[in-house]
Amino acid sequence: MTEFLQQLINGLSVGSMYALIALGYTLVYGVLRFINFAHGDVFMVGSFVGFYVGRNFSKTTWGGGLFVMIVAMLACAALGILIERLAYRPLRNRSRLTVLITAIGVSLMLENAGQLVFGANPRPFPEVFPSRQFEFGQLVVSSKDIAVLMVTVTLLAALRFLVMKTKIGTAMRAVSFNPQAASLMGININLVISFTFGLGSALAAAGGILWAYKFPKIDPLMGIAPGLTAFIAAVLGGIGNIPGAALGALLIGIIETFVKGSRWSTWTEAIAFVLLILILMFRPAGLLGKLQPEKV
Amino acid sequence: MLLGRPRTFLLAALAVSVVLGVFQGLIDPYYVDVLTRIGINITLAASLNLINGHTGQFSLGHAGFMAVGAYTAATMTMFVGPQVLPTSAPVAVAMFWFLLALLAGGFVAAAAGVFVGAPSLRLKGDYLAIVTLGFGQIIAVVFRNIEPLGGALGLNGLPAHTNLFWVFAAAALTVYAITTMVNSTYGRGFLATHDDEVAAEAIGINTTRCKIVAFVIGAFFAGIAGGLYGHFTLTINPKGFDFNRSIEIVVIVIVGGMGNTTGVIIAATLLTLLPEGLRTLAGMSPAFRWIGESRPLLYSILLICLMLLRPQGLFTFRKSSQVKA
Repeated sequence: MTEFLQQLINGLSVGSMYALIALGYTLVYGVLRFINFAHGDVFMVGSFVGFYVGRNFSKTTWGGGLFVMIVAMLACAALGILIERLAYRPLRNRSRLTVLITAIGVSLMLENAGQLVFGANPRPFPEVFPSRQFEFGQLVVSSKDIAVLMVTVTLLAALRFLVMKTKIGTAMRAVSFNPQAASLMGININLVISFTFGLGSALAAAGGILWAYKFPKIDPLMGIAPGLTAFIAAVLGGIGNIPGAALGALLIGIIETFVKGSRWSTWTEAIAFVLLILILMFRPAGLLGKLQPEKV
Repeated sequence: MLLGRPRTFLLAALAVSVVLGVFQGLIDPYYVDVLTRIGINITLAASLNLINGHTGQFSLGHAGFMAVGAYTAATMTMFVGPQVLPTSAPVAVAMFWFLLALLAGGFVAAAAGVFVGAPSLRLKGDYLAIVTLGFGQIIAVVFRNIEPLGGALGLNGLPAHTNLFWVFAAAALTVYAITTMVNSTYGRGFLATHDDEVAAEAIGINTTRCKIVAFVIGAFFAGIAGGLYGHFTLTINPKGFDFNRSIEIVVIVIVGGMGNTTGVIIAATLLTLLPEGLRTLAGMSPAFRWIGESRPLLYSILLICLMLLRPQGLFTFRKSSQVKA
């Protein structure tokens, strides 16, 4: 029982980090209807920004940790907006496949540039937040897991507020619903898309800092696996659907952690993809998504 | 049409491969190595071109089929062969057995192609790309967990059967088979599926079957290429057939132009030679050393620029055939 709870907590904390990444995929898919393949690498850049800022400018306190996180989020938001501006915007009216290939190219570019700039070897991530262990009977809970959960819940709530209650959030939903009609209503589509990229990338950066805080070893290829898993989580929940992405991410995080703890651990990497294939075969719209019929 | 009549092309290419095979011993081993890589890449790219180019699907898991072919062929030559064949079999028998092993690799890969093709019935574009990527990943994980095939370490000491004859004969046959098929009445269905699926369906083309057949045939030739690759490098492991390998093949097809067979052959040759050229350049003077280190970066930038400026591929010149992809 203790082990079950221990794994569950672990799974929740991994899942909530997946949620932060998955939201970026879902937000961008909502407004542009394409998979931003480079998102996992923005997550990686987020951890590296945290690495440099945390090592040079910050002490291990809660305030210092938040400072590192905010700097990383801002840097990645700028990076996301820049990628959209330079690589995706010129392709706005081209076929989806052209955009997809470009996204793969951007992803490879970030990985290779990362290996040149940051070096290919794994680096130890500094302790940006203080950490200690809490014991409840036999159950040991690290403050890392609590911090991850708390930051994620706060960011999710903020995102929910932003999308549902603010003017820019309303504009995002309008663009997602029908871009042409939205632009006829006087919404600046380019601005909304830039904002969406910035928002998604900032969330990925927060995920990157938390990930590096929990698994303190970072390298330029670290974004690939969590990026793909988080994407699958977004599809599982119904891509374009914000609560769906969070739900799918938590589910995948928990399932993965339990598989990793069992004797089937060598199959962990295949789990997410098997789930993805099953979902797409039997419920292509995801758990919370609505199926849209194809128009001729 | 490719270099005149397809049959003329096939005979000429087979003659060239026989000549290369006979005189292989006279060629510098370094050039043999490079030529082998070119031939294998042509086979891989031409087979992927059927799926991604002619039929308009998007597969990111081609290396998975290669892995299936490589492991199957290796099983045939390393484990099954010694059981079946007499110990002192003549070379001709060993060669015949190698041919059987390659074909077996192709057929098992084709069977895998059915599985990968099946989701393409319901998915398109980005989703299909991710699912095929996933299949490639799953295939690698499966091989990592099969202990008799070496697990994560892979297999070592494959017999060195691959030579220039096999490589270029396979490449020629792949190009011939795919070109003639696409240009046949039956094969027009692939192009129609690519151009407009709904319209193709409306005039009575079974697009479902076209897509599956494209995956199966593409996988078959990729499996053969995998078998050749394994018996060329003499060691195979699951890591060698990962996502990056798939991307390499995809880049060749994109640079050559999706659906443009001649372009893809040129691209396969040039992109295999490019790293060698860059390595020579980087070796010439310390001033050029950065080129060697940043080669993957140059590749990815090339890919982005190509998509922005010339999405139809470097070697596609017809204006009319708008690349829809």
